[in-house]
Amino acid sequence: MDFGFSTIDTRVIEIDKFDTTILKYVLQHEKSMLVCMSCGGCTATCSAGNLTDFNVRRMQMMLRRGEVKNLQTEIDKCMLCGKCMLVCPRGVNLRNVAMLIKKALVNHKDLK
Amino acid sequence: MEFSDWFYIPFLIGTIYLFGVVIYRFVKWFLGLSKIDKIRVRKNFFTKHTLDSIWESVREGLLHFKMFKVNRLLGYMHMSLAFGWFLLIVVGHFEASSYFGTMFFPFQKSVFFRFYVTENADFPGHTFYAWAMELLLMFVLSGVFLAYFKRFRSKSFGMKKTTRMKSGDHIALTALWLIFPLRFLCETFTAGVYQNGSPFFNSIGAFFNEYLYLEDCLKPLWLAYSLALGTFFVAMPYTRYMHIPAEINLIFLRNWGVQLKERRINTFTLAEVYSCSRCGVCIDACQLNLAGIKNSQSVYVLKNIRNKTLSDEVLFNCLLCGKCQEVCPVGIDVNRLRITQRIETTKQYNSSYDYLQTGVAKKADTIYFAGCMTHLTPSIKKAMLKIFNAAGENLWFMDENKAPCCGRPLMLAGQFDAAEKLISNNQKLILDSGAKTLIVSCPICYKVFKEDYMLPNVKIRHHSEYILDLIKSGKISLSHSDKKAVYHDPCELGRGSGIYEEPREVIKEVMSLIPMAQEREKAQCCGGSLANMKISMEERDILSSQVMQEFSTYEPDYVVTACPLCKKTFAKTNALPVKDLAEIVVENME
Repeated sequence: MDFGFSTIDTRVIEIDKFDTTILKYVLQHEKSMLVCMSCGGCTATCSAGNLTDFNVRRMQMMLRRGEVKNLQTEIDKCMLCGKCMLVCPRGVNLRNVAMLIKKALVNHKDLK
Repeated sequence: MEFSDWFYIPFLIGTIYLFGVVIYRFVKWFLGLSKIDKIRVRKNFFTKHTLDSIWESVREGLLHFKMFKVNRLLGYMHMSLAFGWFLLIVVGHFEASSYFGTMFFPFQKSVFFRFYVTENADFPGHTFYAWAMELLLMFVLSGVFLAYFKRFRSKSFGMKKTTRMKSGDHIALTALWLIFPLRFLCETFTAGVYQNGSPFFNSIGAFFNEYLYLEDCLKPLWLAYSLALGTFFVAMPYTRYMHIPAEINLIFLRNWGVQLKERRINTFTLAEVYSCSRCGVCIDACQLNLAGIKNSQSVYVLKNIRNKTLSDEVLFNCLLCGKCQEVCPVGIDVNRLRITQRIETTKQYNSSYDYLQTGVAKKADTIYFAGCMTHLTPSIKKAMLKIFNAAGENLWFMDENKAPCCGRPLMLAGQFDAAEKLISNNQKLILDSGAKTLIVSCPICYKVFKEDYMLPNVKIRHHSEYILDLIKSGKISLSHSDKKAVYHDPCELGRGSGIYEEPREVIKEVMSLIPMAQEREKAQCCGGSLANMKISMEERDILSSQVMQEFSTYEPDYVVTACPLCKKTFAKTNALPVKDLAEIVVENME
């Protein structure tokens, strides 16, 4: 029945059901991601973020929470220009992180 | 059966097997080429290109000119083995045909000539052939002994590293190492018994005769020689020694116009991969050694492609600076080869960039595309705008507020399909503006605009070219300061696009330029290259501070470069003041 409105999808995150396969894959191949302190420098400088609502820090959060579906749409926006990596005060190799996420998403079923 | 009827069989089997495998592979590689490449081969077959290839095969396959240029000792080693062995076969054949009185006789009779012809025969040119063959053998042996020496003391060759081997390589190497010493023993011992050599080998034979029962040694020695040859030939197609026939095949294909296409992988990849002799010259040229990265140099990538064991860690751990390609004695297109492999491994996940919107182009004569990296180094951007202002340019600053990336960083990561989306978006904007000139201040953008954008009637200029034009046409006038500078060649601008002179000329207008040992084609990478996806920041820092250290030995006031990424990478080391070309020009503008 259409009431002309709907309820919003639940935003509850069940910690026990985190899908950590992609996170684990990325961390295994790019250890530098462990030292990220979420300062947001990457997001501020991002070329893709300037064009659209892409947000590197949000992408990281989705990765950590295992939001696979959102991660897919988010990562597709990255243009790999490498500015994030150059401004990162912690030296996180973000271009590799982006490529690893892309690869892990394609192989998601095999990784599980 | 007599010993003389069967001892050559191992050699014969080896030879037939080798030719079978090599011909099978050549046919397979040819059939796997693209249609256009096949047409190219057919069209160029009866032309000068074939003659060129023959000359190049002699020059590179036998004489090893390029190897000499890189390292003389290594060049001599390869030349004595290849050219010496070749002459041994050819002169040996003439010697035998002079004895038999015909050009046609069983193959083994010339290879084992001294075994068959033991009486001191008096055929035409006997003395000449005896001397020639013996001296040639000594020539080859000098190369073999150098090879022994190199294997254990590679540093004495000026080589820091040498390639690691597989077990099959060890078998082939041992066989190769045994062939010529065995031949030497065979021939001197035979000469000692029958006096059928020149006085040179006869006297060595006579010397051995004092201490040994030479006659009993002859049969085992000749059999061992035959076995060593046979083993080497059978092992050859499965080891690095396959490069001997493959390199000649590659020279011919290349001269007929066959090229490696980045997006169309075909058997030409194999033709290149098998041509690698694993000489290790590329390992020494590679800067990654300094950062302790020792498994991703070109030779290992080629080896891994051949063995189908290429991992992402190896494939993507490369700056694509092109230094190894510059020194490769075989001329293998290693950078492009690596990119084709990157395209293959990442093609499943190219982005579509549906969010891209067609922007509105501004009508202008000249477009400036700063690029992501120049936006990260705003001082370059400001300097460029001042220069445009002084030149009175009718300018559209295309990515002043926002614009997609040029696409090159994606391509370096192998994402060609994704890059195409960005390219077509930017391309449309540039064409819409009706501009005649596109100026970029980043070599990464420059290369992609020049090579992958379809921009007819638009001149693409790197800012070094543009500034030089302005100086020459008198649109800006500069004063000469008393400062000294060294110029760092960015990889994408120098080796990547062949621009070496323009930036130097610009620098010479405003300050004196100190020449360096490692510049132009030999220039080092700053370490910041976007092509390397795997290197860590700490490792990058090691590379850049090493380069800076070298610069500081020239005691310059400035390190000048023409790439914002190089500038940013160097600036981090805090060793010397780093400036972009545009900045020093603005500082000295009148």
